[in-house]
Amino acid sequence: MAPLEHYLILSAVLFTLGVVGVVVRRNAIVVFLCIELMLNGANLAFVAYGSFLDSLDGQLIVFFVMAVAAAEAAIGLAIVVLIYRHRESTDVDDLNLLKL
Amino acid sequence: MTYILLFPLAGVLVNLLFGFRRGERFAGRVATGAMGLAFLASAAAFLSLLGLPPGQRALRAFLFEWIPVGGLQVKASFLLDPLSSTMTLVVTGVGFLIHLYSMGYMHGDRGAVRYFIYLNLFSFSMLTLVLGDNFLVLFVGWEAVGLCSYLLIGFWHERDSAAEAGKKAFVVNRVGDFCFLIALFLIFGRFGSLDFGVVLPQAAATLGAGSGAATLICLLLFGGATGKSAQFPLHVWLPDAMEGPTPVSALIHAATMVTAGVYMVARTSALFALSPFAMGVVATVGALTLLMAGSIAVAQNDIKRVLAYSTVSQLGYMFLAAGVGAYTAAIFHLVTHAFFKALLFLGSGSVIHSLHGEQDIRRMGGLRAGLPVTSWTFTVGALAIAGIFPFAGFFSKDAILFAAMTSPRGGLVFWLAGAAGAFMTAFYMFRLVFKTFHGKCSLPIEQQARLHESPRVMLLPLQALAVLSVVGGWMGLPLVRGADLFGGFLSPVFPKMGGEHHEVVLEVAMMLVSLAIALLGIFVAYGFYVRGQGVGAAYGRRWPRLYRLLLNKYYVDEAYDRFIVQPVKRASIWAWHAFEDGLIDAAVNGAGAAVEAAGGAVRRLQTGYVKSYAVAMLAGAFAILVYLTVRGG
Repeated sequence: MAPLEHYLILSAVLFTLGVVGVVVRRNAIVVFLCIELMLNGANLAFVAYGSFLDSLDGQLIVFFVMAVAAAEAAIGLAIVVLIYRHRESTDVDDLNLLKL
Repeated sequence: MTYILLFPLAGVLVNLLFGFRRGERFAGRVATGAMGLAFLASAAAFLSLLGLPPGQRALRAFLFEWIPVGGLQVKASFLLDPLSSTMTLVVTGVGFLIHLYSMGYMHGDRGAVRYFIYLNLFSFSMLTLVLGDNFLVLFVGWEAVGLCSYLLIGFWHERDSAAEAGKKAFVVNRVGDFCFLIALFLIFGRFGSLDFGVVLPQAAATLGAGSGAATLICLLLFGGATGKSAQFPLHVWLPDAMEGPTPVSALIHAATMVTAGVYMVARTSALFALSPFAMGVVATVGALTLLMAGSIAVAQNDIKRVLAYSTVSQLGYMFLAAGVGAYTAAIFHLVTHAFFKALLFLGSGSVIHSLHGEQDIRRMGGLRAGLPVTSWTFTVGALAIAGIFPFAGFFSKDAILFAAMTSPRGGLVFWLAGAAGAFMTAFYMFRLVFKTFHGKCSLPIEQQARLHESPRVMLLPLQALAVLSVVGGWMGLPLVRGADLFGGFLSPVFPKMGGEHHEVVLEVAMMLVSLAIALLGIFVAYGFYVRGQGVGAAYGRRWPRLYRLLLNKYYVDEAYDRFIVQPVKRASIWAWHAFEDGLIDAAVNGAGAAVEAAGGAVRRLQTGYVKSYAVAMLAGAFAILVYLTVRGG
């Protein structure tokens, strides 16, 4: 079985990819995918620790995270669809109405 | 005894709940009925008081602890003694007649229901005032009658002058009330109580005769009385108060409320007895007021204004009497004055009513034919106020003049003032009578044709009051020992003045003199206004300056305007700019501006780009991570 560090490194790589994607990409849907990536990076760390420490806590939290992620994806995608209908664009840089 | 108070209050409530829906007739009947029942209750209370031995005639009714706060214990309780019993009989009796009269006078007025509610509320307040067993209950009544007076003066509030007059009455009264309030504080500070039953018997022991504290308290109390009873220099509101409906002038501004000051001085006579100086001030102000108001009344042309100044002048008599220690005479005159002045006001109301609002006596004349009942009742009232034997005013005015002369605190000066006042009273009253009811009618012909006597409901009170104006004085017959029922009934309430042996010869002589003075006044008026038409006007032209001085009421209003109203106005405007604009508004606007500026500075952070928020969040998370790592390491 691979040592714990490998799992953690993979988790960190996934998380960082997600962060970079959120900051850099402009398409709202891609930004969403990146957020999912961050969540799953964190999930990986949870399950790895759970397995190595012989505790169910890690696995349990992952279920919670997945439920939240599903809800967030449903609402988020619905918002993106609505925004697209209104503005014919999913570019997050176009969405700056909150500015003065 | 509490029923006396209960009935008018019930009248107010019934009319508030149902009056507006059931209309004017219903409201009038309820209000008048309530007053009638209150009168019966007062009479019953009076009889039960008579059943007690003379020394112990005082009934107390305790309702509840009103203000139990530390050292201040105020009870809502009422006292019926000969003084307050006399007052309740006058208030409810005359009040009942005036309510009855109002049913005719206010017929067809849009606000009639409101009017009757105010009138009943006034009666309730006035009864609270006279029945209160401590200074605070008296003060509540005192303020409440002031409120009702304000409401009723400004009853026709769509008329500017009426609204202004109401405001003026309220403000001027406030000056007096302020003095009264300070007096109450001083009394509480000295005695630790506001009960009449505590303060008055202990007054001499606590304050000491002739002490500065007694003088101060008495002067402040009298200051309150000058406001309510329209004495110089606070008399200016009463003539303007004639803007109200005439029955109101009769009830509030002649018979009852304005006498509250006299009642209060009489009630606290135990305090005044301690301060000869304050008594002197009371007598002097009374004498001054009676001369001043009497002379003004000579030159006025508005029928109600003449009567208003006459009221001020007669109140001056009452204070003169109180000031020389003749409280019985003061209250006696209060009662008879309530009869004949209410009669005169109601009579003038009847004239105004039948002339559809005309109040200028220069445009009247010869009304005797058209208004026979009003004419003879008015003449009876005039004879009574002029002090002609055997009408009511003769006895009460004579009692005052006699006391002014013979009382240890009186003197020739006071008698002269009173006698001069009596002459003027007879003169201006008969000037009014002759100009209104006699001579040629100067009204347009078509108006003369429409002239009609007032309805019966208005004439009945006139006739009743006329009878009272004749016989009302007989309860205080002087000369014969034991015939002075009124004085005998009241005197236990007041402190003994000493020197009360009557010299019959002197008294008879003085009666004849005052009778002669009154007759002379009438005769002069007759000469001026009946026999020699225009003689009065000729005298007015001969001394134009004096005439103008009187016509303009000694310019007291103008002086107030110049020296008090205008400076206060200017100071207010200055304060408005300095404090309102400069301080309060500046602070509020400044707070707003500061928040706006801070917001303007911070809002640059809000770019509206989701990404910049994400970056900021990440940077924050990273910073926390770094901090935890460094600290943990």
